[in-house]
Amino acid sequence: MAAVSLDHGLILAGLLFAIGFAGLLTRRNVIVVLACIEIMLNASGLAFVVAGARWGRADGQVMFLFVLAMAAAEVAVGLAIAIRFRQTTGRLDVDSADELKG
Amino acid sequence: MTVLFFIAAAVAVISTVLVVTRSNLIHALLYLVVSLFAVAIVFFTLGAPFVAALEVIVYAGAIMMLFVFAVMLLTVRADRPSRLTWSAWAGPVVLVGILLAELIYGIGLSGRALDGATVGPRDVSAALFGPYVLGVELASILLLAALVGARHVSAQPDDGPGSEAAPEGAGDGAGDEDERDDEEDEP
Repeated sequence: MAAVSLDHGLILAGLLFAIGFAGLLTRRNVIVVLACIEIMLNASGLAFVVAGARWGRADGQVMFLFVLAMAAAEVAVGLAIAIRFRQTTGRLDVDSADELKG
Repeated sequence: MTVLFFIAAAVAVISTVLVVTRSNLIHALLYLVVSLFAVAIVFFTLGAPFVAALEVIVYAGAIMMLFVFAVMLLTVRADRPSRLTWSAWAGPVVLVGILLAELIYGIGLSGRALDGATVGPRDVSAALFGPYVLGVELASILLLAALVGARHVSAQPDDGPGSEAAPEGAGDGAGDEDERDDEEDEP
């Protein structure tokens, strides 16, 4: 049974990363920006798993676990900042967060 | 297995594009859950079932629950209808239906489709607590720092009585997710 080639997996990871990056640049809602960062982290983890599956090693999956822990930490802090930002300014637009007033 | 990979990859790309292009926040999060499910199927076809299960449990379960709670805390609109309409969930239902058919097909031919390069939970755990044990400790410290940071950021500076129901719940929710994810990571 033919396995999935390395190129196809990496192309998929690159596509997902590019879509997430395009959304990060174009969308202005804080929640959607965080979701796009999640998409990009997920795509990088997919690249790790694809590379690990290419050589049949477990290292790629271990790296995906670390990416997963980092994504969880990032989204917890990011959503806390988003809630605090909404309480402070009353808005959810990242363009309105260009002033460091606490 | 290659056909399953390409179908799941197409579903992942389509749903991720819909995440970026939807204007409604809840619809975008629904499509993000579909995208994570599709990536989990991709992991399964790549011979990584442990990571596929973790993708569903941690990403589509815990992190997406955190997103939905944040949306519920942030955008309260009483004028919107509370029920989702057909146009909201017809797209995710179609995409998830494709993934479900794929999963049933994959379960039907498991055993002979998963030959060769499957790296199971045993190998992953041996690597995780063998040469990568320092990374596990660093990940636990990172999660603890994120817990403290989320609690600190979402805490109110003034301790007025009875007015901080939402931020307190947010901090506790974030900490709860973190501890759950840490326990996912440890075994």
